[in-house]
Amino acid sequence: MTAQAPQLRQVRARRSLWESTRRTLSSAPFSAWFGMIVILLYVIAAVFAPWIAPYGEAEIVGKAYQPPGPEFWFGTDQIGRDLLSRLIYGARNTIGIAFMTTLLSFAVGGTLGVLTALKRGWLDQGISRVVDAFLAIPVLIFALMLLAVFGKSIVNLILILALLDSTRVFRLARATALNVVVMDYVEAAKLRGEGMGWIIFKEVLPNILPPLITEFGLRFCFVFLTISALSFLGVGIQPPTADWGSMVAESKTLITFPVRTFPWIPAPFYPAIAIALLTVAINFVVDWFLHKTSGLRDEV
Amino acid sequence: MHPVLRTVLQRLGLGVLTLFVVSVVIFASLEMLPGGFAEAILGQGATPETVAAFNREIGLDRPATVRYVEWIGNIFRGDFGYSYAGLGGSIKRSVTDLIAPRLYNTFFLAMMTAIVAVPLSLILGILAALYRNSWYDRIVNSVTLTTIATPEFFIAYLLMFFFAIRNKWFYSLSTVSDTTDFIEHIYRAALPAITLMLVIVAHMMRMTRAALINLLASPYMEMAQLKGVPRREAIIKHALPNAWAPIATVIAFNLAYLVVGVVVVEVVYVYPGIGQLMVDSVSSRDMPVVQACALIFAATYIFLNLLADIISIVTNPRLLHPK
Repeated sequence: MTAQAPQLRQVRARRSLWESTRRTLSSAPFSAWFGMIVILLYVIAAVFAPWIAPYGEAEIVGKAYQPPGPEFWFGTDQIGRDLLSRLIYGARNTIGIAFMTTLLSFAVGGTLGVLTALKRGWLDQGISRVVDAFLAIPVLIFALMLLAVFGKSIVNLILILALLDSTRVFRLARATALNVVVMDYVEAAKLRGEGMGWIIFKEVLPNILPPLITEFGLRFCFVFLTISALSFLGVGIQPPTADWGSMVAESKTLITFPVRTFPWIPAPFYPAIAIALLTVAINFVVDWFLHKTSGLRDEV
Repeated sequence: MHPVLRTVLQRLGLGVLTLFVVSVVIFASLEMLPGGFAEAILGQGATPETVAAFNREIGLDRPATVRYVEWIGNIFRGDFGYSYAGLGGSIKRSVTDLIAPRLYNTFFLAMMTAIVAVPLSLILGILAALYRNSWYDRIVNSVTLTTIATPEFFIAYLLMFFFAIRNKWFYSLSTVSDTTDFIEHIYRAALPAITLMLVIVAHMMRMTRAALINLLASPYMEMAQLKGVPRREAIIKHALPNAWAPIATVIAFNLAYLVVGVVVVEVVYVYPGIGQLMVDSVSSRDMPVVQACALIFAATYIFLNLLADIISIVTNPRLLHPK
């Protein structure tokens, strides 16, 4: 009897988790399903890019501006690289860089936010005032200026955007954490003599996770669009690295080409559509997640 | 002192303080570079003499605080210094001369967008809030969500493709100069303005809708309904006085957004505005121009947000009629 009890509990727990996941997913509306499938496809393209892409990332395989055909499904770009391959590698580079930036910004902003909510005092005052000043400048303008100072490189791009974005994350993390740090269980952990790390990551963080996850989706979209815009402006990800924003800029002259050359859609629209589709998909999923976690709020 | 006046003065003070901090940050960004800016521009191989000469030429050999005070003082007199592009040559190009015509063009574009976008999105947003969950609301919601998630340059190229290349209704490049007359200017700036309008209307409409739904769900609206006030009267007498603050916030927020949105759109249409100038200067690392542009953008942004704050304070019924 006593020997069986833990086993039984374990089985039930596992099943209920699986069951609840299945139930949640089956109740998802069409838009959320669409979003999840699109995101999954992008992730597959990004992770397995070298195996999926027919040609190399910066490999010159044909003549410039070749129309789509059996050899090059989407045609070639201005120096004869395969557009389809560059689109697939672009998924890896653009999404990868945006993801790392968002992750870094959440690591910095989230930790600082929870920490200041716990500590309060002069640290909180100091950081909050600095963050207020940062929030007063639009991200794109600030990023442009800092890129001019430090020079255009991927590392600089990630660090600058992560720093600017972490101020937004900090605000949310601090505001939500303020409601949690006054709870009895946090007090109990403090009295128990737990360290700061334990209190932040084991007591507070799990309880502010749902709004942070939603915010992660939205911040990722924002960072992703900003990186694309910066690359499009020629100050973000630099060639020959394949990236959707700069691909639009490189092939923009093609929209004036006669339609005969590009039967359905002019070439510059492929990377632009790739960007738009991903952000729309994420927004759909985030919308649904918001509905699930907060029932009432259906606003932005 | 009247509470309204006190709060407004507080906000004004805070705005000036923010502007000061931002100007320091913009100024200091140049100082943060390891090894100095001269080395970054001239390359690793530059001799110490060249670096020193370059620093003397652009005045970087003096203490930062002195230069900051001088920089800010000059800006108040409308002097942003000289562009690096003409340094060393016989013609020095003043940043102010470079920026002034472009600033006019950018404000022209922004005004043109705002005049159409603000009333349009307010009407659409209010209708969506009043007829919540109707077919109109749902369609408008998904259309605006898609517009928000789409990069601006994509919308810009789509419009250019359909309205300037497929159908030659507009020019695909919006080149304007000092000699362009007013009507021609409007015509040439139409496509960039429409692009911005689509983006702004989407944002603004969603925010107006959200703000109004929040308002309509408040207890005093329910009370008005329960005591039998007609819906029209309830909205005009009870909801509207409280709606000015959120609506002002929405407008100011989106005008501030517009200020940033112009950068990408100007580059797409090669419209000679300040955004395009900033991007060009970032590429050539022409720091006086970049700093001047950043300061102008930031100041506009701060000013608009401040304006929204003040409007919402001044129209707040609770502050206007203190107990």
